[in-house]
Amino acid sequence: MEFEPVIGLEIHAQLLTDTKIFCGCSAKFGAAPNTHTCPVCLGMPGVLPVLNRKVLEFMIKMALATNCAVNRECNFARKNYFYPDLPKGYQISQYALPPAEHGWVDVEFDGKQKRIGITRIHMEEDAGKLMHDEHNPASYVDLNRTGVPLIEIVSEPDIRSAEEAAAYLRRLHEILVYLEICDGNMEEGSFRCDANISLRPRGTEPFGTRAELKNMNSFRNVQRALEYEIKRQQYVLEGGGQVVQETRLWDDTAGVTHSMRGKEEAHDYRYFPDPDLVPIVIDDAWIEEVRKAQPELPLEKRERFMREYQIPAYDAGVLTTSRALADYYEEVVRLCGEPKIAANWVMGDILRFLNEEKRDIRECPIAPASLAGMIRLIQEGTISGKMAKEVSEAMYKSGKTPQAIIEEKGLVQITDEGALTKTISEIIGKNPTQVEQYRAGKDKVFGFFVGQAMKATQGKANPQMINDLLKKMLAG
Amino acid sequence: MELYELTIHELQDKLRTGETSSAEITASVFGRIDAVEKDIHAYITLMRETALAEATRADEAIRKGEIGALTGIPIALKDICCTKDVRTTCGSRILHNFIPPYDATVVEKLRAAGAVLTGKTNMDEFAMGSSTESSFFGATRNPWDLTRIPGGSSGGSSAAVAAGECIASLGSDTGGSIRQPAALCGVVGLKPTYGRVSRFGLIAFASSLDQIGPFTKDVEDCAILMNVIAGYDPRESTSVPEDVPDYRQFLRRGIEGWTVGIPKEYFIDGIDPEVEAAVRETIRVVEKAGAKCIEVSLPHTEYCLAVYYIVAPAEACSNLARYDGVKYGFRSEEGRDLMEMYKKSRAAGFGAEVKRRIMIGTYALSSGYYDAYYKKASQVRALIKRDFDEAFAKCDVILTPTTPTPAFRIGEKTGDPMQMYLSDIFTISTNLAGIPGISVPCGFTAAGLPIGVQFLAGHFQEGRLIQFASAYEKEAHLEKRRPRCHGI
Repeated sequence: MEFEPVIGLEIHAQLLTDTKIFCGCSAKFGAAPNTHTCPVCLGMPGVLPVLNRKVLEFMIKMALATNCAVNRECNFARKNYFYPDLPKGYQISQYALPPAEHGWVDVEFDGKQKRIGITRIHMEEDAGKLMHDEHNPASYVDLNRTGVPLIEIVSEPDIRSAEEAAAYLRRLHEILVYLEICDGNMEEGSFRCDANISLRPRGTEPFGTRAELKNMNSFRNVQRALEYEIKRQQYVLEGGGQVVQETRLWDDTAGVTHSMRGKEEAHDYRYFPDPDLVPIVIDDAWIEEVRKAQPELPLEKRERFMREYQIPAYDAGVLTTSRALADYYEEVVRLCGEPKIAANWVMGDILRFLNEEKRDIRECPIAPASLAGMIRLIQEGTISGKMAKEVSEAMYKSGKTPQAIIEEKGLVQITDEGALTKTISEIIGKNPTQVEQYRAGKDKVFGFFVGQAMKATQGKANPQMINDLLKKMLAG
Repeated sequence: MELYELTIHELQDKLRTGETSSAEITASVFGRIDAVEKDIHAYITLMRETALAEATRADEAIRKGEIGALTGIPIALKDICCTKDVRTTCGSRILHNFIPPYDATVVEKLRAAGAVLTGKTNMDEFAMGSSTESSFFGATRNPWDLTRIPGGSSGGSSAAVAAGECIASLGSDTGGSIRQPAALCGVVGLKPTYGRVSRFGLIAFASSLDQIGPFTKDVEDCAILMNVIAGYDPRESTSVPEDVPDYRQFLRRGIEGWTVGIPKEYFIDGIDPEVEAAVRETIRVVEKAGAKCIEVSLPHTEYCLAVYYIVAPAEACSNLARYDGVKYGFRSEEGRDLMEMYKKSRAAGFGAEVKRRIMIGTYALSSGYYDAYYKKASQVRALIKRDFDEAFAKCDVILTPTTPTPAFRIGEKTGDPMQMYLSDIFTISTNLAGIPGISVPCGFTAAGLPIGVQFLAGHFQEGRLIQFASAYEKEAHLEKRRPRCHGI
């Protein structure tokens, strides 16, 4: 029997607000344990939460970017469970009345496009972190992360393969980062993904029993875990067994999933509306305000690049992977007026330099004006393409302008026709055998002459002029 | 008269003229505490040293002419209000050693107004009770009869005011915890509108019902304290940004032409005949003052207790989840793993009534029961609120007994939770509707136990309550009696 996977993803994205969702503590990652805390996020007796409006604004941004309907009224609910990283004994989340529902995003994979539905997006507070001492029987609690704002994005069970899941994940990641509401760092946990997965015989409607997968902290792991789980469930079903409804943890090292807790051990979270927080009313005017301030999203930008700059879809895709990279490219084009050449340089040398050092485009030592200036120098014939390679590398290393580097290295191209004619005459005079061969119809020898000319000028000769002059002069 | 027997406004007159000092007043109050506290047990924690220092500072301020709304006046705080650097227990073993690093908003306000804080008063554990017997620190006794309870949960605050162990105090009221003990101890107690007084720093029992309010010897003092504690607090989302009037302007204004609603559902079988007679007498008094009494109906009254005992425990079971032995408070050392530490800490840290309510609340919120209990209760709660809206369309204030009986004996109802719950039957609806209510003394039983009458008004109508209570107080000419506070 052929099985079809049914997958839905739950994504938690930490929002890039300065302060936490319900108190004034810093939401920044990486501080010394328990230094970003106050009585409110420590869950001390008598304290009360007050919603950070920025969180709601970011929530609306994401809702609009994923085509969700924004509910005019929503509320917070308490999700009750005991754990040492949860100081209040409940997490403030949203349940019956989420702020955004019924959205979708289009994803591409294998050259096809597919629309994945988004069930809902809601806001909640993050929990703290436990650190276990390997040498002592002790655990430590760091509550810096407690109360850092999250949005949870729940997809419809529309995903049918691990690759599709990865494509959807990448698309949401790209949107969040584009909106500048999440840094998207999966290793630090600011972008996390859980998956619900079941199998059903292809061509049938009802869903099979699902497992929930957790602990997948990279795009690759999400895909690997799903691939493994599809095989595991298929094996179970083909053996006449039944999939157990449970939560399973991905073990990255072993490349397998392990059962963490079964259905009967599942928490009853006893959700109820949080009486400490009043219902949230979102008015049309505010939604419009957020909509107007919304940046161009990756897909829109991609289409505009293809249309406006006449570059291929592939180039447009690469150049819009981040807002900063797209901005960089656009600035270079604006300054040099050569969209295709600029695309080649940005996608080629610039990204290669950056990737080698794992740096971000925002840290690129070559200013857009420098790259544009260099492209103009090529176009004007001041330097050759080959020289430009040297120039770009030097610009990356030193951050200097192309003019400065050309001067330092004496890289200016020789375009003086008289000087070049003289050089070529000398070469022709020294190599009668080759001249004979060329004139006898052996075209290959032409390359020998170009090489000699370049050698004589230390590579500074304008290659086009060398070509033209050689052809004319060899013809005799 | 001793200084500790006087009201805030009487003492303020004396402070202003230099007839006395805050140091003298504070010494008088602590002298009284030394004399009667061993019998009353109104306090969990006394703040003698800081109080004397605050009194000295208050006297310096008075000399400089800097007199705040409460400068130099000794005030007690229910031990549910967080006080910076002063142990705050909520009457529970689980917080027996908890020292908050912050002041509740009301405490900040009292300090800013120049009050002298005398200490933290006794209460039912986590404010769950009507007799102050469930305190981990032992029961408080009623100053009018030491064999009887002072009411609860704010029994320490009401007893302290009645016995002269402070000049006024703050309590909290979730289902009657200010008004019921005020009635049983013969003092004035006001539960403000939900959202009127900040809950920040008030240890939560049931968040949608809790409200802080004053215990005072008369209505004027009640207005003085309300002027200090009422107002919007940006640290609380449910705080309401409604203007706060000067509540003293409502004193001695009269109630000529007012309409008073008498809800027929509040004069039920089982109400003590002496209580009923005293309350019927208040009707005569307010009519004499020029008000007209009409019968009104609050048809959903019979559901109040049931709704309350779903909503309050549901919120409580969640609010009390933070007491897990991990971060502060009591931790059992017997647990061998995390789950055992939780279970043993909570089993030993909470008393029986608190555990009962945690169980009820957990059950009511459980998957599969939520709709039948919590959701249904919330719907009925909306109907209870509507009852009051409709009644207040016909009258200015509502008049009811505060409690069905006078103070009962210590131990009398501890074995029967339902009987205990019934002592709040007239006060619970107010919290469910979010409206303000005041209990004012209206007489004594033949045995000399105080009786209270309750007045209710619409949202943010505390001024109207103070005006009505002030007029009643003036017209009633109640005999001035003082509790004996004698040993048994």
